[in-house]
Amino acid sequence: MVMKVDPSKKWTGPVRPYDIIKEGVIAVVVVAVLAGGLSLLFSSPDDKAVTLKSWSNNNAADFVVTATGELAGTTTSAGYGAPYNHAGNGPTLGPLKLQDWVGVHIPVDPANDFVVKPLLMLNDGNATAAVDTWNAATVDQQTKWASSYADALGKSGGATSVADAKNQFGPVPGMVSSLLGMAKTGALDGALTTSETPLPTDFTKPLLFLADSEGYFADMASKQHLSGDQWGVMNETGSWPGQSWLWLFSFWYQVEPFKSSGNADTLVMTLMGLLTLSLALFPFFPIIRKLPYKIPIHRLIWKKWYARKL
Amino acid sequence: MSSSAQSVKKDKNWTSRLRKSTLETMEPQDLLPDNQPAYVASWIYVFGVLTIASLLMLITTGLILTLEGPSWWHISSVGHFFNSMHLWSVELFFVFMVVHLWGKFWMAAWRGKRTATWVTGVLAFGTSIITALTGYLIQTNFDSQWIATQAKDGFNAMGIGAFFNTLNTGQAILLHVALLPLVVGVIVIWHILLVRRKGVVPPIDNDSTIEGGAF
Repeated sequence: MVMKVDPSKKWTGPVRPYDIIKEGVIAVVVVAVLAGGLSLLFSSPDDKAVTLKSWSNNNAADFVVTATGELAGTTTSAGYGAPYNHAGNGPTLGPLKLQDWVGVHIPVDPANDFVVKPLLMLNDGNATAAVDTWNAATVDQQTKWASSYADALGKSGGATSVADAKNQFGPVPGMVSSLLGMAKTGALDGALTTSETPLPTDFTKPLLFLADSEGYFADMASKQHLSGDQWGVMNETGSWPGQSWLWLFSFWYQVEPFKSSGNADTLVMTLMGLLTLSLALFPFFPIIRKLPYKIPIHRLIWKKWYARKL
Repeated sequence: MSSSAQSVKKDKNWTSRLRKSTLETMEPQDLLPDNQPAYVASWIYVFGVLTIASLLMLITTGLILTLEGPSWWHISSVGHFFNSMHLWSVELFFVFMVVHLWGKFWMAAWRGKRTATWVTGVLAFGTSIITALTGYLIQTNFDSQWIATQAKDGFNAMGIGAFFNTLNTGQAILLHVALLPLVVGVIVIWHILLVRRKGVVPPIDNDSTIEGGAF
């Protein structure tokens, strides 16, 4: 006999014994044993945090190039735009400039915040004199000095300073050299985090500075297969599983047109938002909601029930 | 409109309206059942309760980590063990949740006015992903630093980064420990109550009403 079932009505057919509390307790024990066993077997990764001190001591040349780039306005942070500054436009979604809609909410001026202001905290005569010369110059002159020094450093093959034979670098070598010394002692870490409060929990400035490094921070991430082109969003350091549930998010960054688009972040975030909304609305999509009927996986799920009816 | 729905509408008393639209919609047997329809006999049903068990394990290990603060696990082997438990619990949580979600898809579990159950399940999935991300942001190690610098671009690109600053560790800690577990918890409880109230969706074939359905 075929039984007609209205899924919206309360079930009045045959039942079987069930103990929801017992099932819950067993499930908790199973998960505890699984998580505990996996923890004992594989533990969890903990690669030590990077500081401006460790960066400047381990790769002084990269630190100097990045600091000079901050003064020249050529780093990622220096040209970022909202929510940090007005230096860039950021990605767009067609005519929509979503990144700009709130404006500058977390003000960061990389040249001043990462280099100039910390140097003034040093109370060092040479550093202060170099900053005074810098501040007295026009923006064009500052950019010319810093860009010339950045070019010279680039051609030096990894030097941490270059002699100013043609007198074209202005105070920049002195400023960068003083900043390097400050960073090597760890004082720059403190200067960037405590500029607003003596007990900081906000690491926006040192992390933005660190992220501007192309030869140290990004290299470390690449070696740990964490870069964007290595599906880094879903990876973890070492061989541990990371946020594997972000696989689809990570996937879009590996394929065109997202891979080479300057608007990839906006496009991928929008797409994932729409896909998540679609998942929630599956019951309303005529084709999708019929799939469980067309592909009879439910025959496996309710195998015992269907066998019982026959 | 049913007579009970009409009485709820006419009732001016907020308390009795809340009681009628919540507690009185369920029998004790619905909330704590000692039997189930005979068709509830498959391993796929285990993944829902395993997801909840993993969430309980996450809350428990998270509370233990909270007691000693965010740096504890870097310097204590006991702290590191509980951090590992927290990590593996979240890995299990998502595995179980995804299997549960796809199981429910192939059962077309939104049938019979169960759309809200499906939607709250997807909401729980989405908010869990955000909660997990904030967890990865507060590891206070190299991984969290790298994730913070990369994730900021995604949120900034949508104009959200101004309010959720991934580089602000203090903000991420508060979101992960206080606000987001509360949001996930409320959605999961709502989801479970809907499951208990509506009952487990019956097998697909021979439905007299199939597909879709209203809230």
